[in-house]
Amino acid sequence: MSSGLLFACGGLGLLAIGLWALVLRAHLIRKVLAVNVMGSGAFLLLVGAGSMGETGVDPVPQAMVITGIVVAISATALALALVLRLANATGKPALPEDRERDLMDEGGR
Amino acid sequence: MNTGQALDLLLVLILLWVAWAALSSRDLFRCIVMFIAFGLVLSMAWVRLGAPDVALAEAAIGAGLAGALLLATWARLPGKTEDSQLDAEGDNDED
Amino acid sequence: MKTRDAATEPGLAFRIGLALLLFAITAGLALALLAEPVAPGVAGQVEAALGDSGAKNHVTAVLLNFRGYDTLLELAVLTSALVGVWALGVAPDIRETTPSPVLLGMNSVLIPLAPLFCAYLLWAGASRPGGAFQAGAVLAAAAVLYNISCRRPELRLPRAPLRPGIVIGLGVFIATGFGVMGGGRAFMEYPAGLAGGLILLIETAATLSIALILASLFVGGRPEGEP
Repeated sequence: MSSGLLFACGGLGLLAIGLWALVLRAHLIRKVLAVNVMGSGAFLLLVGAGSMGETGVDPVPQAMVITGIVVAISATALALALVLRLANATGKPALPEDRERDLMDEGGR
Repeated sequence: MNTGQALDLLLVLILLWVAWAALSSRDLFRCIVMFIAFGLVLSMAWVRLGAPDVALAEAAIGAGLAGALLLATWARLPGKTEDSQLDAEGDNDED
Repeated sequence: MKTRDAATEPGLAFRIGLALLLFAITAGLALALLAEPVAPGVAGQVEAALGDSGAKNHVTAVLLNFRGYDTLLELAVLTSALVGVWALGVAPDIRETTPSPVLLGMNSVLIPLAPLFCAYLLWAGASRPGGAFQAGAVLAAAAVLYNISCRRPELRLPRAPLRPGIVIGLGVFIATGFGVMGGGRAFMEYPAGLAGGLILLIETAATLSIALILASLFVGGRPEGEP
């Protein structure tokens, strides 16, 4: 199994883990973490698939991933500012429909 | 399986494990710290994939700055401290 | 205190359904990866066109020349995110606690070295691993360290340099994009001889902007006293 394929499958695993946590966790910061993990999984998938070919290292997926990392941090920063604003306005860092739900959050915040 | 492939497999397993720990720990602080560790291990994965520029960007931005942002937000959540000054954000309703 | 509300908590059936869905997605994508022959990448084309691109580092050439428009939009995304964060509120106050001596000692070494790292990464980005984003991130990290050390001298900096600094990256990028149109070229079509110099110019402005934007995102709100 070439290293590119191995890392691409690792990226798929990260996508699955991230999506699982995104749906099932109620705390908004945990959701932001989950989205970031999904993003990193997608980047691994891109660059891993890009290095599966025989023509050496492909620089275009790498450039796209660098762009993606910067865009992901911008979105994360905006999302965290929104989380803070929501938490200050409603008192709880969770969406209103989730506020009664408690999945693995006992004791943790 | 030569050492390169073994190292790659080990890196992928560590990545998946650290990501799972980052998303399912009880303590949110521990989750954020594991996320920073995830970013650093991912940086090593980029090096193994022959992408040193991506590794630099991931270590600086994906692990460092994202971790700093998450910790800052976690610390500013209401109810974290008794003398929270967060309601100094006040009335920004002039939009 | 959080309580379990059985009516709204996803039960076992939901989790099993989600697990099956995720398994199906992952298996489908994995099969797609394994089954189809991988299309040859564009590495050969990039290698062939590298001479005219103005940079010897393949990734920098792609980022700043071949796919320069994507980088322009990326800078726009960064700026918009900062506008969004600024729109959400004033910067939260820093609690004036005594910073730990470990932090202060580390800052006294790292903060002066950061501009050196930044300049090296910016300059080396043309031919070695490096580049504007990495350099800007290092500088932003130094600014974050300074911010959290809670001990700030009375710098008396006017507010004004922050805003021009934030937009200068995007501005220089757009300006050079339009500027090279003079000789009948397309938008952002750099002439072969000038490409290296133009890339360095754009990267320098971008580094400054990226550092300021990332540090401002950490601060988390607009400066006080501004509407």
